[in-house]
Amino acid sequence: MTQQSAEQPTTLAGDRQGPPEPELGPVATLAGSGPYFGDFGGRFVPEALIEALDELDTEYAKAKADPTFGEELAHLHRTYTGRPSIVTEVPRFAEHCGGVRVLLKREDLNHTGSHKINNVLGQALLTRRLGKRRVIAETGAGQHGVATATAAALFDLECVIYMGEEDTRRQALNVARMRLLGAEVVPVTTGSRTLKDAINEALRDWVTNVRTTNYVFGTVGGPHPFPAMVRDLQRIIGVEARAQVLELTGRLPDAVTACVGGGSNAIGIFHAFLDDPSVRLLGLEAGGDGVDTGRHAATITGGAPGVLHGARSFLLQDEDGQTVESHSISAGLDYPGVGPEHAWLASIGRAEYRPVTDAEAMEAFRLLCRTEGIIPAIESAHALAGTMRLGREMAENGQGDGIILVNLSGRGDKDVETAARYFDLLDEGAQ
Amino acid sequence: MTSQQVLSRTGRRLDDLRAQGRAALVGYLPVGFPDVDGSIAAATAMVEAGVDVVELGVPYSDPVMDGLVIQGAVEHALAGGVRVRDTFRAVEAVAATGAPVLVMTYWNPVVRHGVDAFARDLAAAGGAGLITPDLIPDEAGEWIAASDTHGLDRVFLVAPSSTPQRLGLTARASRGFVYAASTMGVTGTRATVGADAARLVRDTRAAGAEHVCVGLGVSTGEQAAEVAAYADGVIVGSAFVRALAEAEDLEAGLDALRRVVGELAAGVRSVTR
Ligand SMILES: Cc1ncc(COP(=O)(O)O)c(C=O)c1O
Repeated sequence: MTQQSAEQPTTLAGDRQGPPEPELGPVATLAGSGPYFGDFGGRFVPEALIEALDELDTEYAKAKADPTFGEELAHLHRTYTGRPSIVTEVPRFAEHCGGVRVLLKREDLNHTGSHKINNVLGQALLTRRLGKRRVIAETGAGQHGVATATAAALFDLECVIYMGEEDTRRQALNVARMRLLGAEVVPVTTGSRTLKDAINEALRDWVTNVRTTNYVFGTVGGPHPFPAMVRDLQRIIGVEARAQVLELTGRLPDAVTACVGGGSNAIGIFHAFLDDPSVRLLGLEAGGDGVDTGRHAATITGGAPGVLHGARSFLLQDEDGQTVESHSISAGLDYPGVGPEHAWLASIGRAEYRPVTDAEAMEAFRLLCRTEGIIPAIESAHALAGTMRLGREMAENGQGDGIILVNLSGRGDKDVETAARYFDLLDEGAQ
Repeated sequence: MTSQQVLSRTGRRLDDLRAQGRAALVGYLPVGFPDVDGSIAAATAMVEAGVDVVELGVPYSDPVMDGLVIQGAVEHALAGGVRVRDTFRAVEAVAATGAPVLVMTYWNPVVRHGVDAFARDLAAAGGAGLITPDLIPDEAGEWIAASDTHGLDRVFLVAPSSTPQRLGLTARASRGFVYAASTMGVTGTRATVGADAARLVRDTRAAGAEHVCVGLGVSTGEQAAEVAAYADGVIVGSAFVRALAEAEDLEAGLDALRRVVGELAAGVRSVTR
């Protein structure tokens, strides 16, 4: 094991004045730094991108070993992001979860409203180290786009965000936010006009402008080094939360839950618990209208192994290997792929993945608003719905005194319009 | 079989043309555009009008290396219900012209079909090999084995950003030719072919490649002549697809296609090597 220490995923922002790092056990060691996670991961991209990916990989390895990088990021997180994010116990909500204790890791309180900022600030620092002046990113719900536009404003970088035309309509306010922050938002009109097509278009831009441009990828997918790098940058969520739960309850949680789109908030909170065998890790995928209807985004539950956007992982595809369009009420989970490390964690049985339907997620959304005064992102509401089901199962199995830690990945401001329509809350005149 | 023992059908054609003192014209069209029979007719017309090596594209939902012209054609083909198995029928029909037929495909349709099964079916249809724009040799172990087993060419790409080390790796892994992307970018017609292209061909040869063909951006006879002066082949896609796409019907499209192919073939033949 000792020679593996160079491979150790570091908590880039947390290790100075941050909470204590959990021991790096065998599972986290195996998870490693890519390019492969078991049979998954790799680099299925045009040759034109390889030099840039190598350059990023090398610069990232240097940054990881450079204390200044970690200090800069930790400083930004303390003074800009608002880290550490707090943990909130939610007893009234927990009454609907079989009576177990429920703790929320409040990534919704971060600047820009979600966990996406953790990743983006790290990648913005890397962009500066690479000497590049232009960043591009894809966005679905707009949260990663807003976070990237924010970091670009802060670091004085030119910023272009690709967003499916369909999503620019669904998330019009986030388009305006990005433009206020000085970013150019390019609506993508090809294919299904959603997140996967925005990634295609961002990749085309990158192939063309790779010498001047860094691609700030928004989740733990894509070609190596993105899955491992974004994981490392999000890992602070779990490192903080593990210490916070220990302090608050005197023990580890029995389960950790998170929603899974591409998988960055989920891997971010799971990773610090990989070598705590008593802790169940449960990822909640977007079940849309139900996995059996075919209208869903539950990639691990309802997909099959294949290659999309640079990595081998699970994806929603037809018999011919054509990507199938996903469906979810949550734009941030509406993606037919998933990060390769999740595919691997599922294949070795270390994490479980279950679908949550639109209706279940919206019920949990309403419930958290009413019982705790917290409006979650609809993405995060999938984790809450999965927690309700898991808590009841635990109570039935004699674990009624159990503890579930939920990653509340974002806040619901962006979803107020969707929720208002869903629950029919608008007065006639306002519609 | 080792790669040395597999006779490259495409490589042999390029050698024949070299003996005649000229470069090859390599023409791309997607299967299923405007429909499967139409694409077979178009590829056949392309050969009759002067294309030496055919590239048939497998329509794919996420073509990250393609610009708007080819994206549009491929979306149309998929909306029309084209299937991966139609590729094998099209290969068989077009191979009857005697031209080597390569299949250009993104990697997931091959993974889904099964890498060895795809190679087997392609070989059975009389195909010459695969061009794989999103598969680098580093990830290609299964395909290298399958292409050796079934005697197929494997065309990998190099780009102006490729390091000398990667040019060597790609040259060693390729059979048939190495596809040199003329500029950093995606398919589409351009006013000029990148100045990087000549250097890239030279470096790729120096790295050990027997044949190097240049693609991306070539659309006129003049550009074809310029590239034919230093490369073993000139690869044209978007300009041919556009001829079909802009026509009122298939007949008019085939006429337009023959005209553009004729112009590019004349450009290629205007240079002796
Ligand atoms: C609040 C929130 N949670 C989750 C996600 C899904 O992404 P990931 O699975 O990478 O965490 C998004 C994406 O937009 C989001 O905005």
